[in-house]
Amino acid sequence: MTAYIVRRLLMLVPVFLAVSVVIFLIIHLIPGDPVDNLIKIGSGPEQRAAIVARYGLDRSLPEQYLIWLAGLLRGDLGTAIVAQRPVSTLIAQALPHSLALGGLSLLVSAGAGIVLGAVAMRYRDGPIDQAIMGGVLLGSTLPTFWLGLLMILLFSVVLGWFPVSGARTWSSLVLPVMTIGLAGTALVVRVTRIAMIEAAQKDFVLLLHAKGLSPSRIRLRHVLRHALTPVVTILALRIGWILGGAVTVEVVFARPGLGTLLIKALNQHDYPVVQACLLMLAMAVMLGTLVGDILQAAIDPRVRANLK
Amino acid sequence: MTGAASSARPALRDNLFARAFRTKTGAIAGGWLVLLALAAIFAHLLTPYEYDIQQLSAAYSPPSLSHWLGTDEFGRDLLTRILYGARISLSVSVISIGLSVLAGMVLGAAAGYFGGRLDRMITTVIDLSWSFPEILVALILVAIIGPGVTGTMVAITVAYLAQFARLTRAQVMAIKSETFIEAASGLGASHRHILFRHLLPNAITPVLVSGMLATGDAIILEATLGFFGLGAQPPTPSWGAMMSSGTALLFKAPWIIIFPGLAAAITVVSINLFGDALIAGLDVRSRPRVE
Amino acid sequence: MGLLEVDRLSVGIGRLTLLEEITFEVDRGEILGLVGESGSGKSLTALAIAGLLPLIGARVTAGAVRFDDTDLTRLDEYRLRKFRGRRIAFITQNPMTALDPLQPVGEQVDVVARLHLGLPADVARSRTIEILTQLRIPEAATIYRQYPHQLSGGMKQRVVIAMALAGEPDLIVADEPTTALDVTVQAQIIHLLTSLVRERGLALVLITHDMGVVAQCCDRVAVLYAGRLAEQQGVRSLFAAPAHPYTHALIDCIPKDGMARGSLTGIAGSVPSVAHFPSGCRFHPRCIGRQSVCEASVPAATALPGGAVACHFPLNGDARHG
Repeated sequence: MTAYIVRRLLMLVPVFLAVSVVIFLIIHLIPGDPVDNLIKIGSGPEQRAAIVARYGLDRSLPEQYLIWLAGLLRGDLGTAIVAQRPVSTLIAQALPHSLALGGLSLLVSAGAGIVLGAVAMRYRDGPIDQAIMGGVLLGSTLPTFWLGLLMILLFSVVLGWFPVSGARTWSSLVLPVMTIGLAGTALVVRVTRIAMIEAAQKDFVLLLHAKGLSPSRIRLRHVLRHALTPVVTILALRIGWILGGAVTVEVVFARPGLGTLLIKALNQHDYPVVQACLLMLAMAVMLGTLVGDILQAAIDPRVRANLK
Repeated sequence: MTGAASSARPALRDNLFARAFRTKTGAIAGGWLVLLALAAIFAHLLTPYEYDIQQLSAAYSPPSLSHWLGTDEFGRDLLTRILYGARISLSVSVISIGLSVLAGMVLGAAAGYFGGRLDRMITTVIDLSWSFPEILVALILVAIIGPGVTGTMVAITVAYLAQFARLTRAQVMAIKSETFIEAASGLGASHRHILFRHLLPNAITPVLVSGMLATGDAIILEATLGFFGLGAQPPTPSWGAMMSSGTALLFKAPWIIIFPGLAAAITVVSINLFGDALIAGLDVRSRPRVE
Repeated sequence: MGLLEVDRLSVGIGRLTLLEEITFEVDRGEILGLVGESGSGKSLTALAIAGLLPLIGARVTAGAVRFDDTDLTRLDEYRLRKFRGRRIAFITQNPMTALDPLQPVGEQVDVVARLHLGLPADVARSRTIEILTQLRIPEAATIYRQYPHQLSGGMKQRVVIAMALAGEPDLIVADEPTTALDVTVQAQIIHLLTSLVRERGLALVLITHDMGVVAQCCDRVAVLYAGRLAEQQGVRSLFAAPAHPYTHALIDCIPKDGMARGSLTGIAGSVPSVAHFPSGCRFHPRCIGRQSVCEASVPAATALPGGAVACHFPLNGDARHG
């Protein structure tokens, strides 16, 4: 298992390099002189020279990439143009907030999604199932930011239960998590329900019934367990998607985090910050797939067998 | 024999839309979409207001008889702006997805048909971008191209390309082995002939259906980019930008947010329901993977 | 009277009737062969005996399944579960898919004894290993911990049989237990089942389409065709003098001199589907001796010595080549 995790991590290296090349190239793909994209408007020639020296902008592209990558690996993400502070500091401030929001949303999506999916499957085609699937349709189609705004309107303005925005208290997490959670839950419900319906039709389930096990036990200990494999796969593949939701929701709720940082930097053309944020999100996506694969191996002995 | 196979498919496609419209949800959902499209096209005839003329005396009016959905902070009629916004939102989404389907089909068909190193190259790039959420891909592209309608369209086109390329590739690979293709190539037909006359016509239905569903996602993506201020720039109305400017006025004039969002929501739900009706009419074998 | 009496059992899904008035019985120490081509209703009969029809959306519409004087069709799901796995065990067709792939096989056997006999975990475990050993599984303690994908087909079928035996049942219903296995393994499994019946005094309903297997090990045979019972007899008289033309055709299909096993190439056509059952005797379109009455009316079951046949023109002993 450890060997597998190590091998799986090594497999991420080329993916990481490919993504980092794309993100590195952003500076050069934007129209205009890259120096202008890395420096405050109206900076003097000395500052320009310093930037050119620092990023090696007078050298060839591959060399520049290597300089940039070396800095990256040392934790040097450049200097934010607007804030005039190391980008790594900004990221370090934003990251915990995003991790809390993303992680919590993921847990809520998985928990609520699996439970509701199992309930929908249990009462398949009945009114409970239809109600849940109706909610799923809304949850998976409504724009996240709009949903967030409606939540603020209802729970903060009309009912006054939760703070409107900010990140000072834990209660300020409730609405953002609910907003992302609804879309995430919708996804998990759909996958869980279908996977359970499929698993319930397998041969071995018939034999479980023939052994005299109770239907609820069969559903929970066997059918649901089988359904978890696709659920974990989808969750892992879509971790980025849930984090993408987090980006939007952070902006709506004016919470500090990678999303707010990214959108602000995009609007201010603060490209070192944009690069760093995108890199962080991309890494989260990659780690998500990794965790998904490991979980899958933990659930299914056949996957474990294939690892050897 | 091959003529019969390729002429049977378009007929199926026509029936598919007719069949979807005949179901209850399909008719309601499809009806809304047709209505919205017509209203967007004829917006200038339908409303007495202009979308960009400010009338500060009428600012923040709640929904009333003269302004059915109220006015925004500049006194502009919200219904008018939503209809004009539909022009941007719908056309940007439909055109971008159209381009995306086209490019995705070309890439996927090339990968699936020719195989070998080309296939590996295309598949690697596609798989890589597929594992990243569309919003992230779109943000990277907008970062490069810059905000605006063009940036949004390129972003949407590229963000969904992987999905269509994968689907087309899978379809082409499946159909490639079918006998009538082998027969055609045995008769000495050219690559181009086989691809465009046989493979693509047969692969197109599931790709179009999933393109239809993706249009719904694209509307949300367009609105999200607009909400971030990265989409169509003012005073051009787009649903996302309208809601973005409404955020600060959430307490004062919530309708500025509620109605454009509602328009987007109903549209996207309709697209999904209509797509489901389409899929239900499809033969099981060629059903696209939608998740 | 038998341990299991299936009495004029009818089964339906929705408005379709899949099984009609199936009657047969089996006693302790006896093997009943339930034969017929695929689609004749064998598996459905097995599900009906085990009370598992609701799983496929079917239900008993008439008749009774009497087991040890209890009509199982009248029990609710909860009381039925006390029989399932405990007194009536079930062996399914394909051992490859019969076991939960996510659980070590030993635990899947344990659960039966823990559930029905109330054994604590460690006792159930050593008992499982004991049963596995009795079924001639080498290194049972190792197999116990393995997952289904690590075992061969024959080994998996032994585990399924162990699962069946773990509740100390009186009746085993085996639905084509050897179809998915290699020929040599088939013989081993059949031998194993036969010796279990003889040694432990179990009753066995053996569902198969292989008349060779029937001849080899069954005591009685019930022949199903298109949801109805065609004929029922003791195995010797059945093979010596089949009364129903369908039985006759089945026997003619027993491969001789290296023909593919289990093939029923001897009978033209195939079993009609439920929606297209023919009128009268359902076998008449394929029957070589059909008369107009066969199409017009359903043949009633007539008694034979030690059995029954449903045919307007049953074959007599010396008409075997007709």
